[in-house]
Amino acid sequence: MSMVKKSPWVLHYDGSSCNGCDIEVLACLTPVYDAERFGIINTGDPMQADILLLTGGINSQNQAVVKQLYDQMPRPKVVVAIGVCACTGGVFKECYNIIGGADTTVPVDIYVPGCAARPQAIIDGIVQAIDLFQKRSDEHELLMKNKGKKADLKTKENNNSSDKGNEA
Amino acid sequence: MKAIICSLCYVIFAPLIGGLLDGLDRKISARMQGRVGPPLLQPFYDLNKLHNKQLIAVSKSQTFLMISYLLMMILTGALFYAGYDILMCFFVMSTASTFLYFAAIVTGSPYSTIGASRELIQMMAYEPAVLLACVGFYLCMGTFDVAKIINSVVSPIVYLPGFFIAFVFILTIKLRKSPFDISTSHHAHQELIKGLTTEFGAKNLALFQLTEWYEVTFLCGVVGLFIINSNPISIIGAIAVVFVVWFLEILIDNCSARVKFDLMLKISWIVTLLSAGVNLLILMINR
Amino acid sequence: MTLGFFLICFPIIMSLIIFCIRVNKIRNFIAYLSTIIIMAAVGVFTFFWVKNGSQIMQLSIGEITEAVDKLILIAELILMVVVTILCFKYKKYWISLLSIVPTLLIAYFELFLKNEADTDIRLYIDHLSILMCLIVGVIGCLIVIYAVGYMHGYHHHHIDIEDRRYYFFMILFMFLGCMFGFVLSENLLWIDFFWEMTSVCSFLLIGYTKTEEAINNSFRALWKNLLGGCALAVAIVYFGIKAQTVSFHSLIIMGQRISDHSDMWVLMPIALIAFAAFTKAAQFPFSTWLIGAMVAPTPSSALLHSATMVKAGIYILFRLSPAMAGTRVGLMVSFIGGFTFFAASVIAIAQSDGKKVLAFSTISNLGLMVACAGVGRAETIWAGVFLMIFHAISKSLLFQDVGATENSIHSRDVEDMHGLLYRLPRLAIIMFIGIAGMFLAPFGMLISKWSALKASVDESNILLVFFICFGSATTSFYWTKWMGKIISHEHTDEEKVRDITKKNELISLIVHAILMITLCAFFPLLSKLYVDSLLMEMFGTYEDVLPISILYILVAIIIFVFAIPFFAYIASKKMKTNIKLSYMNGINVGNNNEFVNSFGDPKQVWMSNYYFHKKIGQRKLMMPIQVFTTAWIVVLLSMIISSAI
Repeated sequence: MSMVKKSPWVLHYDGSSCNGCDIEVLACLTPVYDAERFGIINTGDPMQADILLLTGGINSQNQAVVKQLYDQMPRPKVVVAIGVCACTGGVFKECYNIIGGADTTVPVDIYVPGCAARPQAIIDGIVQAIDLFQKRSDEHELLMKNKGKKADLKTKENNNSSDKGNEA
Repeated sequence: MKAIICSLCYVIFAPLIGGLLDGLDRKISARMQGRVGPPLLQPFYDLNKLHNKQLIAVSKSQTFLMISYLLMMILTGALFYAGYDILMCFFVMSTASTFLYFAAIVTGSPYSTIGASRELIQMMAYEPAVLLACVGFYLCMGTFDVAKIINSVVSPIVYLPGFFIAFVFILTIKLRKSPFDISTSHHAHQELIKGLTTEFGAKNLALFQLTEWYEVTFLCGVVGLFIINSNPISIIGAIAVVFVVWFLEILIDNCSARVKFDLMLKISWIVTLLSAGVNLLILMINR
Repeated sequence: MTLGFFLICFPIIMSLIIFCIRVNKIRNFIAYLSTIIIMAAVGVFTFFWVKNGSQIMQLSIGEITEAVDKLILIAELILMVVVTILCFKYKKYWISLLSIVPTLLIAYFELFLKNEADTDIRLYIDHLSILMCLIVGVIGCLIVIYAVGYMHGYHHHHIDIEDRRYYFFMILFMFLGCMFGFVLSENLLWIDFFWEMTSVCSFLLIGYTKTEEAINNSFRALWKNLLGGCALAVAIVYFGIKAQTVSFHSLIIMGQRISDHSDMWVLMPIALIAFAAFTKAAQFPFSTWLIGAMVAPTPSSALLHSATMVKAGIYILFRLSPAMAGTRVGLMVSFIGGFTFFAASVIAIAQSDGKKVLAFSTISNLGLMVACAGVGRAETIWAGVFLMIFHAISKSLLFQDVGATENSIHSRDVEDMHGLLYRLPRLAIIMFIGIAGMFLAPFGMLISKWSALKASVDESNILLVFFICFGSATTSFYWTKWMGKIISHEHTDEEKVRDITKKNELISLIVHAILMITLCAFFPLLSKLYVDSLLMEMFGTYEDVLPISILYILVAIIIFVFAIPFFAYIASKKMKTNIKLSYMNGINVGNNNEFVNSFGDPKQVWMSNYYFHKKIGQRKLMMPIQVFTTAWIVVLLSMIISSAI
């Protein structure tokens, strides 16, 4: 099995958040925390990303965008919801334009709660996401090898997204 | 025979050398910014991961064009390390770059189209200096053949300091370093997302990376060619100079901001004209 | 070798016949028939010449020489009268002077001053003229075949333009005959006559549509070309009086033998002929006529203004090049050529009209050929000959293709060719081959550049080195962006275009494309077999322009460059690719053509190339360039003339 977990590239998308979580996400990438130590690169391009970081809730305007960004990422991929708004909708939950947390639109794997989520928690969430990414990659590889079995990639992926890790 | 071995060595080891240089680059850059930085082998991890991901593209022909780009670049380097005509190498290299341009523009996507157009401007900016460097070698050695140039008595740089400066200058463009990383950058987040490479995902990006490493190794070879002479010790000198130039590029990369393309074009042409041009003039008068 | 005369006379006779036939079908049939006959005649002509040992042949026409000379003189006078009438008709009185003065000068010279004991050799056949014959014969005839289909579609779309196809084809055939006459002639008076004839043919074709713009442009072309004709006439008369002969090759031989100051006068006719060649080959400062000539129907642009007529100037410079090497004339010619190569390619970047790009690139490439001739070494002529061959084929291909594309999509703007590969695949692929032939490795243009660069370094021609280095950068810029436009993903899905290219147009295009690829593949062979002996003939010494090591690597590159994309294509076919939407920040409207704008409505994506109109546009650069080059020519010419006198 190839070691893909040494190179997780993240894509960060800001939904309708108050920007608190976004600042924390970017803080993780500053020299202080130096996420590049783990091979993490904050890329702006879904085509090149492995982990999607979502902050803020989903509203009717950005729902299609989040969906599309998710679709543009090549498999295997992992989605991390950062902050309580992305997890459940948070304080904005009852607003007229808010649909809810990120899992209303894309399958979320890791939930990182907090308002705003702290860098330590975010890094911890990403580290869990990296393990999941490795696991999925191994499965993906296996699937590619056993092409004869014609296993449906999509059902596999959906099964995977059920074992969501929850952040303490 | 020797030529075949050399070019085979290039084909096999160039990705290793290019990848290590890339890793070193990231490490040194991180240290310059006060960070620890990724492991030295990080570029290889990246390549491995990209290779293992699902192949996605906007247009089917992208992969075919990227493979052509890779193979053309390998051909360029193989010809160079086999000791053939250096001018011809650069001609093949420009054909290879054209394939990269095609791979980016075939998608019709906004970011990659603009990146590709800028790549063309970059090509226009560096081509005169590259061709003039070849002319310089021809002037002082009387041949375009790399095999004969390395057997010169004195290092070509003695006669060609101006050409060397011009070449190192455009090397910044070629290596996609700031301030001239206008078509695409190694660094995350820029105004064009990833510019030229925006629509390259997974295997296509892996092909792009790999080709870059081949290219870097080839360009380092050209830098070394300025130093090397018939004395075997000069090889050590050449390697040292390559490292110095490499370090210099990283330094420039880390302490400058991206410029606009027209400024890049102007500066690089002026530097080419001044340093290589004056050098050429002196060489021709002294002939 | 009467076939040589046949080549000159047959098209001219056919042109008169075609003029009389007003039924389209019959005329088309005759046009096809005569092109086939001309092509066959060129083939047979070449075959017999090769069979006779590919020697230089000098032919006379025996007793009738005197009569034919008189006939040509009369024809020249008729030409003068025609031009004068046309000038008066359109109130461009002063232009008629440019025709009257040289014609009367030549007539006076021929009747009263000519040395009666001069040789009666009239035709001269060697490698270079055979090459030109092949270019004119094969490419010219293919263009005529294309023209039959094109003009049909042209008049179908442009109902406002009077259908004068009989006139159009008459001039095309007339031109072919004159071109054969020009490249085969040895007598300078004949050369002058055919030279003027081609100028006038070009003038008449540019004015074909009779719109105001067309008429203005045609007169501009006329006076610039006639100015060259004046220089040529003066050169001939001066040389004729001084040397008591009007043989072209004795001029070249005298030019090569300049030993002391008393021989310097020979440089003057050479310089004047070179000046005439500048006008014909549309070098700066005369190049505006070629840009204006693009109003003419596409076949005439392809035939006259890129593939053959402008090559007449190049041909005559190649002939003169051994005499020019290392002299002030050589300096003048190589500088003007090199500068034109660079400057025209810079202006070409700013053009978005397909035909204008082609026009500027023609000027630019002709510039490189002129520079090659000016340096006058075996290597540069080698490069120049290959440039000429490849340029003739790929330019004629491109012009025809742009014309056919214009008939289908009603635009010849490069921007409108976005995604042409998906809309008109056949034409797009052919266009792609044509453009690739202009600058990519391993096509001939590139290797010619290699050789030209090497030779100009050898000659210590530092300016030319700069021009080639910078010029090739700008050249690849405008070609590559055009190619990118063709293959780029289309803007809209709805707009389907019907390919209305006629069969005869397509035949010509495909033959061109095949010729292009074949020549590229057999290019080293061509060099060894043909061009080397051409150089041998011209310079008398054999110089191995293409060393064996380069030859091998070239063959390898040619194989690789064709094989790599092919195998890469096969390999990529096997890969399972998942097609995704292109990245537009996640706001595509379900496809790659539209995105959601700030009002929530779909908005079309429209990608365009860089042109830098404001910085390097024609308006901004043309004037300074013209002033500069005029100054250069005036200074050098006066230096040459003063040293001659």
